[in-house]
Amino acid sequence: MAGQGEPVIEVLKDTEKNRKGGYILVVEGAIPTAEGGAYGSIGEKGGEHLTIQQSVEDLGKNALLTVALGTCSAFGGIPAAKPNPTACKSVRAVFDEKRIETLVVNIPGCAPHPDWFVGTVAAILFSGLEAIELDSLARPKLFYGPLIHENCPRRADFDKGKFAERLGDPGCLYKVGCKGHYTNADCSIRQWNNGVSWCIKAGSPCLGCVEPDFPDNTSPMYEKITFEELTWSQR
Amino acid sequence: MVTKIKIDPITRIEGHLAIEAVIDDGVVKDAKSMGTLFRGFEIILQGRDPRDANRITQRICGVCPTAHATASALCLDESFGLSDKIPDNGKIIRALIFGANFLQSHILHFYHLAALDYVDAVGAVGDLAPFVPRYEGDYRVSGKANAELVNHYVQALDIRRKCQEMLSIFGGKMPHNVGIVPGGVTEKPTEDKITNFLWRLNEIRDFIDNVYIPDVIAVAKAYDDYFAVGKGCGRLLAYGGFDLPAGKLFKTGLVLPDLKPEPFAEENITEDVKHSWFADSTSGKNPAQGETAPDLKKKEAYSFLKSPRYKSQVCEVGPLARMASNYVQKDAKTRELIDSVLAEFKADAVVLFSVLGRHAARALEAKLVGDAMVDWLMALKPDQPTIAESEVPETGEGAGLAEAPRGAVGHWITIKDRRIERYQVITPTAWNASPKDDKAQPGALEQALIGTKVKDKDNPFELVRIVRAFDPCLACSVHLLDAKRNELGVFRVV
Repeated sequence: MAGQGEPVIEVLKDTEKNRKGGYILVVEGAIPTAEGGAYGSIGEKGGEHLTIQQSVEDLGKNALLTVALGTCSAFGGIPAAKPNPTACKSVRAVFDEKRIETLVVNIPGCAPHPDWFVGTVAAILFSGLEAIELDSLARPKLFYGPLIHENCPRRADFDKGKFAERLGDPGCLYKVGCKGHYTNADCSIRQWNNGVSWCIKAGSPCLGCVEPDFPDNTSPMYEKITFEELTWSQR
Repeated sequence: MVTKIKIDPITRIEGHLAIEAVIDDGVVKDAKSMGTLFRGFEIILQGRDPRDANRITQRICGVCPTAHATASALCLDESFGLSDKIPDNGKIIRALIFGANFLQSHILHFYHLAALDYVDAVGAVGDLAPFVPRYEGDYRVSGKANAELVNHYVQALDIRRKCQEMLSIFGGKMPHNVGIVPGGVTEKPTEDKITNFLWRLNEIRDFIDNVYIPDVIAVAKAYDDYFAVGKGCGRLLAYGGFDLPAGKLFKTGLVLPDLKPEPFAEENITEDVKHSWFADSTSGKNPAQGETAPDLKKKEAYSFLKSPRYKSQVCEVGPLARMASNYVQKDAKTRELIDSVLAEFKADAVVLFSVLGRHAARALEAKLVGDAMVDWLMALKPDQPTIAESEVPETGEGAGLAEAPRGAVGHWITIKDRRIERYQVITPTAWNASPKDDKAQPGALEQALIGTKVKDKDNPFELVRIVRAFDPCLACSVHLLDAKRNELGVFRVV
């Protein structure tokens, strides 16, 4: 965006006031709520720093829907990881506290794949809100339906019991920490950066970055996670 | 006349920063640089598996995560006792992943963050978002030359995509590559990956040679007064970087205001917090002993950034520092690049300490890195290992110093009971955009703003051009106050 300062904030205020129910709010980043939101602010209101929390609440109230883009805004992500020093929350959690009923569509991922975001917005523009079928974590099933493990190119190794013992080894990456067996996303089919590669193809375990437990219950990232260690939602 | 102007936020930079400048008679007398976001990564890392730091610290920033991946890997290599065991392939692939990010970041900075301060996009395409609203007035390129620059703005998007694809070949994905790990990299070099990397790299190099550098020179010719704006502190620092089997592409060292080199020693780095929202008891420590203890109640504090200092002195980091460091240490290729541009402007090397000097250094550095990457790529050996075996040690200490696209980046770790006991990060923007230190010396960006003449209070181009030339990794707002901090009126900037 070419502009800066007041005119940029005016665009936001104008949208909130004059286009009620006619815009999509996209939020990136978790929302710091400790100390009245003092750990994060953008712009000013009445000479005081305008907190991110306040902006998200004001803009969210009047939005047609809110897209929580990335794991931080969808689930809290790394800033909300233990001990969560700034009391970071997801958009949904902030809305629930203030009884804001605007629909939140979660597009998690660290980072989220651009196709997941553009595809979701495009589907809404083409076919309306009802075209988006969401899973229990408010993620579009179109992109978060497949399980990484189901379409993994190393699946045959898993089936044969051929496991990599160290990073860089051939074979299934389960023993070096792969979270693909409970992570729902289409990375293994879609791949990244124009279909060039993706985590497992490059020899790295899936980190489970689209899941609500990332990173606290997906770490240590390079240690095998057993069924017993999975949380209820992971199972 | 004394004036107060508020601009909040400045866009087209990454993150959250505010700048407050006291202006008297059209000249900036004092400036404050204020980081307005705190997430506490260093606190969150405590108690975790050390290897996770390599993944988590990348998430500090989506623009140059690779810099954190690299610094973190070097820091873990040292603490795991691996520094001398990284296979050549591992070193080279790390540098190729990071190099791809460098090229992407520099092209992003010039075309998509900074150019709209100089290029009249509205003149070429009309009143379209995202080119309006904007500052009006000082756009000096017009007609065909301007239309050409706007075309390159669009072309640069495609080139950046190719940089990301190139990174992904060995890094798995971007943002947040998964390839760089302690001991080396997870991916293998194969002939098809090397050729897929090379055709993209050559297309990007062609863009740097024939579009990016000529565009920076064209802008510099139209705005040549900016060789005298935003001088800054004059003391430059480069940790050095791109650690290859044959040595480092960027030489380690300081450059003093008289363009003399000074050797660098890590133990001379300290971080002050007198003007930061952190407990005073943690001030003045070397990052290896550093602490992160927020304190929002301090009266003198105005930023979440600490104030890194070298021998208690302010330093600027970034492409200008690296190119100057290579220049004064007589790197032949660097000298040739810089001298050719200086000859074009019939100028002395001191003009590099300026808004345009920073842009020129960044563009020339893109060429230096891009050209070197071809040699690195050709040195890969497809049948050789890329990673050394490693174990998380019971205890350990390490430092990882590297060069992010926007300047020197450092990570420090202490491991106890196979877990992270302490983790400290000093970002390049902490060096450049730091608040005043314990001795009340303003930070590098603050010093570059002080003394600036602002021609038009309603369109203070000078200030945003100075801020953006540093390529800060923070979103930003600029406030101008009168010399006595009295509010004599607020002029909203349109």
